[in-house]
Amino acid sequence: MSDATQTSGAPAAQPKASLLVADPRTRKRNAAEARFRAYGLAAIIASLLALVVLLFTIFSGGLGAFRQTYLTIPVTLDAALLDKSGNRDPEEIKKVLTLTYGKILDQSLQAAIEQNGIVIEGLTAKDVSNLISKEASARFRSHVLADPELIGQTIEEPVLVNGRVDGFYKGRVTMESAARDGNTSPAQLQLAEAFREKGMLATKWNWSFLTNPDASDQRPEAAGVGVAILGSLYMMLVVLFLAVPIGTAAAIYLEEFAPKNRLTDIIEVNISNLAAVPSIVFGILGLAAFINFAHLPQSAPIVGGLVLVLMTLPRIIIPARAALKSVPPSIRDAALGVGASRMQSVFHHVLPLATPGILTGVILGLAQALGETAPLLLIGMVAFVKNFPAAPPEGLFDPASALPVQVYNWTQRADPAFMERASGAIIVLLVFLLVMNLFAIFLRRKFERRW
Amino acid sequence: MNDMRILERAVQQNDIKISARKVQVYYGEKHALKDVDVDILDKNVTAFIGPSGCGKSTFLRCLNRMNDTIDISRVEGKITLDGEDIYDPRVDPVQLRARVGMVFQKPNPFPKSIYDNVAYGPRIHGMARNRAELDEIVEKSLRGAALWNEVKDRLSEPGTGLSGGQQQRLCIARAVATEPEVLLMDEPCSALDPIATSQVEDLIDQLRADYSVVIVTHSMQQAARVSQKTAFFHLGNLVEYGSTDDIFTRPQDPRTESYISGRIG
Repeated sequence: MSDATQTSGAPAAQPKASLLVADPRTRKRNAAEARFRAYGLAAIIASLLALVVLLFTIFSGGLGAFRQTYLTIPVTLDAALLDKSGNRDPEEIKKVLTLTYGKILDQSLQAAIEQNGIVIEGLTAKDVSNLISKEASARFRSHVLADPELIGQTIEEPVLVNGRVDGFYKGRVTMESAARDGNTSPAQLQLAEAFREKGMLATKWNWSFLTNPDASDQRPEAAGVGVAILGSLYMMLVVLFLAVPIGTAAAIYLEEFAPKNRLTDIIEVNISNLAAVPSIVFGILGLAAFINFAHLPQSAPIVGGLVLVLMTLPRIIIPARAALKSVPPSIRDAALGVGASRMQSVFHHVLPLATPGILTGVILGLAQALGETAPLLLIGMVAFVKNFPAAPPEGLFDPASALPVQVYNWTQRADPAFMERASGAIIVLLVFLLVMNLFAIFLRRKFERRW
Repeated sequence: MNDMRILERAVQQNDIKISARKVQVYYGEKHALKDVDVDILDKNVTAFIGPSGCGKSTFLRCLNRMNDTIDISRVEGKITLDGEDIYDPRVDPVQLRARVGMVFQKPNPFPKSIYDNVAYGPRIHGMARNRAELDEIVEKSLRGAALWNEVKDRLSEPGTGLSGGQQQRLCIARAVATEPEVLLMDEPCSALDPIATSQVEDLIDQLRADYSVVIVTHSMQQAARVSQKTAFFHLGNLVEYGSTDDIFTRPQDPRTESYISGRIG
């Protein structure tokens, strides 16, 4: 018996380790794994933190753009000033310039101060007239032109107050900073406060940020992203109608029909390279090809769209090819086996299965194009555009701005109120991107089929 | 027992359906198939057996020109279907494949309904003038594939939701729906369990009444059970071709004998 235990030898000589105690090797491996998990977790936390900081900065700075301070005062539309002929002929009324409307507003404001018995020490005439925005008279004029019947009546007209006063209600301007500011004064802010106590001045939701065009340096309170949204939309239309069909057709041909030879290899490599070309290079290309050579108008969405099409094409082709490639070859065999032609097998079976992948690529490509700035700077879309482009297709040739360019544009300006506008435009852009990505996810879920 | 089944199933007809002469297949530089001469009879089951990589599947895919889809493959020699050269430049492989149907190793139903799976071939070939005719073809094909009773109440459910054996029978139904003359089967039972295998084998035996069936198989027992003629491939050569009975009981070539007795392969 004891012999047997002796001879069974090797394992007995080394006493078996207990399973309840981890041996050093295992401990080392476990420690390595724990460390790796910690690194991963740290990376995730770091990136989440960065995202939170980014979003917080943008939203805290930009949400103000969606609110705007208005002063509502009674305005009497004197027919003697606005419609001298008295026949309410729109052509006649148009001859009255913005200056006259400005005067009417000034007088109404003075009257409002007196009526409400507001007395503020050190309030100058300039403080009073500057309380309302320089843009207010122009808006007042277009309001009257749109509805000539108002002439002769007294209406409650909401007018924009200037950017500093607006900033006062958004925490950007304080009494201390106003004392050092040439564009406002503590007295002006006190006047605004007095109006607010009377319920005449209020900060409200600001739709006009989304609908207004850009405004000049002096009137940030009137600036909006309307033209930029429209310009971006037009460019997306161009990309949608050119890049998507061309890109998917190219992907289908290359993946399903093209012979595999040197030429197609070269094409393939070049498509991949094209996806890596810096976008500003596409801008130079667009400038040379579309504006200098083809003489298309500058700042036009058609040119921006075409440049973005060139940029987006490889970004659509590559995922579309990957999607087609991921369809199992057995499906193609099955279709060919029952006597379907190559095209039938592709269009009846392969393409429907590849659709979610292709659509995801398309939407991500569009989203990338939507956020692209650099190439647009080179083809003149950075210009100050105040007029809305016409409806497509003519509108594609009118000057327009684009959302990311508008952001770039506003961050260049001196007035801090434009910083708020820029952050607001970024929020609009982010919302568009988010919607597009959600749409991509929705499409993928809807069309996803298993085989 | 196998012997008894072989005796029961003597070769009944001798019309040559497909004839291959001096067929060579190259994959790029590789000479995959050398000098294959085979006559495949109508209304018979012909089995191709041999070890992996011996060229039996390659030869099967030559018979309906599925090798055309592989860019680097090249076929030489002459293969005729009812006396017509199928590699003639005037032949459209799409038309050929409607007459020579194929069932693959792995069940590969389309990710569509059971009905649409079977109806796809008749639809693209314009075999039905209206829905009623199409319904009839689908029912007939599913009955032919011994699947009708199992799926008749759920024709609109996806074909991919069936079990493996059912999926393979669905693929057979899909293949017979286009009313081919020849049915090629590339290891149709290799992904199936024994019960599903025996169902498919029974089905193959029934299909013999209407079609010339060519089946590639790894399993010698299966070849012995279902076929009347057997061809043994080895290293790209057709070693021996004869009635299944002869191949399994009186092999002429020593290589065939070694394979059948399990010494190589």
